[in-house]
This record gives sequence, C-alpha cells and structure tokens, in this order.
Amino acid sequence: MVPLSYYLILSVIVFFIGAFSFLTRRNLIMMFLSIEIMLNSVNISLVALSHYMQDIRGHILALFVIALAGGAVAVGLIILVLAYRNRKTIKLEDFNLLREE
Amino acid sequence: MVKIIFGYFAIVIIASALAGITRKNLVYSLCWILLMFIHIGGLYLLLNAEFLAMVQLIVYAGAILVMFLFVIFLLNLKEEIKEAVFIHKWSSRLYGIIFLIFFAFLGVWNFKNNFKGLYSIEFIEKEGHTKIIGTVLFNEYLFPFLILGFILLVPLLGVGIVALRRKTNGTT
Amino acid sequence: MLEFLLMIIKTVIVFAIVLTHVAYTTYAERKIIGRAQARMGPMEVGPHGLLQPIADFIKIFFKEDIIPVKSEKFIFQIAPLIVLIFTMVNLTVIPFTANFVLADLNIGLLFILASASIAVYGIILAGWASNSKYSFLGGLRSASQVLSYEIALALSLAGVVLASGSLNLRDIVIAQHNSIFGIYAIPQIIGFVIFIIAAFAETNRAPFDLPEAETELVAGYLTEYSAFRYALFFLAEYVAMYIMASLCALCFLGGWTVPKFLTHLFPFLHKVPGLLWFAIKVYAFIFLYIWVRATLPRYRFDQLLNIGWKVLIPAGIINLIIIAFVKKFL
Repeated sequence: MVPLSYYLILSVIVFFIGAFSFLTRRNLIMMFLSIEIMLNSVNISLVALSHYMQDIRGHILALFVIALAGGAVAVGLIILVLAYRNRKTIKLEDFNLLREE
Repeated sequence: MVKIIFGYFAIVIIASALAGITRKNLVYSLCWILLMFIHIGGLYLLLNAEFLAMVQLIVYAGAILVMFLFVIFLLNLKEEIKEAVFIHKWSSRLYGIIFLIFFAFLGVWNFKNNFKGLYSIEFIEKEGHTKIIGTVLFNEYLFPFLILGFILLVPLLGVGIVALRRKTNGTT
Repeated sequence: MLEFLLMIIKTVIVFAIVLTHVAYTTYAERKIIGRAQARMGPMEVGPHGLLQPIADFIKIFFKEDIIPVKSEKFIFQIAPLIVLIFTMVNLTVIPFTANFVLADLNIGLLFILASASIAVYGIILAGWASNSKYSFLGGLRSASQVLSYEIALALSLAGVVLASGSLNLRDIVIAQHNSIFGIYAIPQIIGFVIFIIAAFAETNRAPFDLPEAETELVAGYLTEYSAFRYALFFLAEYVAMYIMASLCALCFLGGWTVPKFLTHLFPFLHKVPGLLWFAIKVYAFIFLYIWVRATLPRYRFDQLLNIGWKVLIPAGIINLIIIAFVKKFL
C-alpha cells in the first residue's frame, strides 16, 4: 500500500513544475498548458485524498475541475486566436499597449 | 507491487512534465504533456477511480490537447515555435519555486488523516465507481452540476460568435 | 502463472484472427467494388485471386522505408505506432461471445471512446511531421472531423448506456436481450443511424474520407509514408473498422444473442453458436462500409462539418431525451 504522503508529494512537485513553467515561459499557448499541468496536479491530490479518506467528494470535485478546465481552455484559446489575428504574435511581451515605453 | 507501479507512474509523470515545459518546439511539448496526462489517468486507475481515469483520457487527452494542437496548426506557428531564447530570468524564479516547495512539503509532512467517510474502498468496488459518482453527483451536487452546464454553454456561444464575425468581415 | 499464460495465448489468438480478417477484408473490398463497377477484381494470384492479400503483404514489407529529409524524424516514425497501438488495444474489451472477453472492464464503452480519441493524435502528428502541404491539410481536416463526430458518436452511445444502465459491453448485450425488441436498433432508430454515420466519419472511410481525399490531397496524411509504416496505418484503419462494426453489433444489434421473438418463431435458431451470430452482424456492417464506398460520392468539407454539428448532434440530443422519457415513464 502506497502511503498518502507519496501522492501528495508527487502532486506538489508537478504543481510547482507547472508554476515554474507559467512564470518563465513567455508564450501564451505554453502558459495555458502550464495551467493545465497545475490543475492536473490538484486533481491527483484530490483523488488521492478522497481515496484515503474513504469519501467520494474528492472525485466529484475532480470531475468538476476537469469539466471546467475544458471550458476554460476553449475560452482561452478563442481569446488567443483573436489576439493573434489582431497582433500577429502570441508572445506575452508583444502585448504591451498599456505599458509606458 | 503497487509501489512499483506507483513509482513507474510517478517517475514518468515528473519526467514528462519536465520534458514538456522545456521543449522549444510547441508540438513536442504537447506530445510530452499528452504522455503525462495518460499516466495521470493510470494513477487514477490505481486509486480505484476508473470512471475518472476514462474522463481524464477523453477530456484532457482527447479534447483539450487536440484543441491546443489545432490552434497551433491553425495559427501556423512554424517559424515562431522555434524561439532562440525561450526561458527568461529563470534562476530567480526557480529559487522562489524551491522556497515555496519547502513550505508545501512542510504542509504534507504535518498532514494527519483522521477522517473516515462513508464510501469505503470495498463499497466502491462492490457498487461500481460510475454508479456511486452518478448517485452523489445527481443528488447532493445537482445545483453545481446545473451551473456547470451553463458555464460550458459559454465557450460554445463564444466559438459561434468568433466564427460569425470572421464570416461577416470577409477579410481574414 | 498459468492464468497469465492463458491470457497471453488468448490475446495472441484474438490478434491473429483479427489480422487475418483484415487481410481478407482488403480482398473482399476489391472484389465487391469490382463487382459494383462491373469488373472482376483481383484474379491473378491463386484461384480467383485468393492469395492476393498475402502477395500484397510480402510486397509491402520488402519495399524501401523512405523518411523525408525535412520531416520531424522522431514523430514521423512513432505516429503510425500510436495509431496502431491505440486501435488494437480496443480489441481487449470487446466480448466476442458470452464468456470470451480478454478484459472484462466495467467501463468498456468509455475505454473504447478514450482510446479512439488518443488514436487521433497519430493521424494529426503524422500530418504535421511529414512537413508537406498535403499531409498537413489532411491532418488538420482529420482533427476537426474527428473532434466533431466524436460528440455525435458519444451521444448515440449515451442512449444505449441510458437504456441498458451499464457501461460494460457484456451487460449492455444482456440488458438488450431482455428488452422488448431484443435489439436496440429498433426503438433507438435515430441513435442507430447517427452511430452509423459517425462511425463512417470516425474511421475516415468514404463518403467521409476527406483526410485522405485522393482527388484533392493526393493521399492526405499518408502522402509521405511508404512501405511498412504505410502498412501500419492501413492495418489500423481496418482494425478500427472492425472495432466500429463490433461496437455496432454489440450496442445496437444484440451482439451474440438473437432477439427473443425470432427464437419463438424459429426454435432451431437456439442451436446456432453465439460467435456465428456476432460474426454475421460484424460482416454485415463491414459489407455496408464497402457498399457505401462503392456507391456514394465524397462530401465537401463544409458539408461534412454542417452535417456533424447542425444535424447529428441535435438529433442525438433529441434521441437522448426521448430515451430518458421512455425509460422514466414507460
């Protein structure tokens, strides 16, 4: 039997891999992907906790997270396509209309 | 035996996540992250959540990543996906992340499991995971489920609006 | 240990039978299309061309394996394997008779949908990695086509799941046998038609074979592939056809069972083994595939997407609502 803490440590590591990627990659598609990685790591810990606490609510929450991630990605990618159509780039540095030059 | 399987899944998940965030080429990173999602599905199977594992595969691997791939192809980012410098100012952020991981580990080590719910593993195996999830979802969580449906309606309308505007402009 | 050995032997037998079927499906396809066009079909190798598939097999494996210089080598090489593995793995959950199934999962239907959705990656990545305009367009078309039709396919299967109350394919067949008509194709005729159309689109077959439309895209995502990598794609396509056919037989036509009203009329039908019934249903569906390919012209791409989103998905939702009402109030 694998101890619960193993799952939680795995979840923490994957979460911070995603967070690191979110902070360093300056590419909008890559940033969306790192959000997905973070959501997945949270799902791992939800399902693991739910399994070890003998409750089903974690699974329900994970299901909601998966469904919402689908919706969020669809909206995000629409915005991305529109932004690309206007500015012809997907790098974050190039979206600087509100910044003083 | 279970430990060996868990170790395999954990190593592949961490390695493919690392590989995924460090590739220059977006398509390669998507492939690595696909591998990671599939193995997370395997981890769910290990935790007796077979319905969730299949939902993970269908939604994440089957829908979300294909959407990403489709957008990359649609924008035709062949030139842009090969950037010269693709990780900026990484060292300070890495230290910050390691600092945060330290706190998270403290939280994990101090965590004590003293809660026992109604749905034991044997009960879930006897009744079937899908059935239990359905029962709980449609009884206790009916209202959140309806709200979820409305939230998912928004991207559908959004896609329609984007497509319509493109048609009326006729320029792009 | 003995069980494990038995499992391996079973798997090998199933795979061998399916591969033989695939080989002779190509033969049957050429013969039937030949007859449909008033030709003879293959006649040279063996009596009536019966050894033609073996000759093709030998030929294709001795050809040179060409990898284009400007392609993404690694993805180009593994893409056919992705497609093949994730279609072949579906064979494990299909119950051929009441007792013969490799892995009796209680989420078998979802498993088939999941692995079908992963197999798409092989096609898309093959199109991208070939670094050719034709392949790329083929891959893009395949992506949007499969994304659209998977929803319709899942909606039509949701009706079956709702009526039978299970995701296990064996339980679906048993529940179907105990229902009024004995097969779900009669009460769920809308879902059945949707399933057939979506199955044609999912396997990239005519009249929805736009990803490999030879008149406009040479061969779509297959353009740059040759020799045994091409053979792997080919194999995967035919295995996917067989999986869709057996899914249709299991979910709508009663699998290995015969409807009860038929056995009341003709009692001798009890003596026919279940595997034979299953095979007859599968062969009928495969024949439908070939027949449609010989008969119907190809759709245009916008027509394809219109059918998917504006006809099949609303019809699937209506079908689901009807079944829910029937299940609740009757």
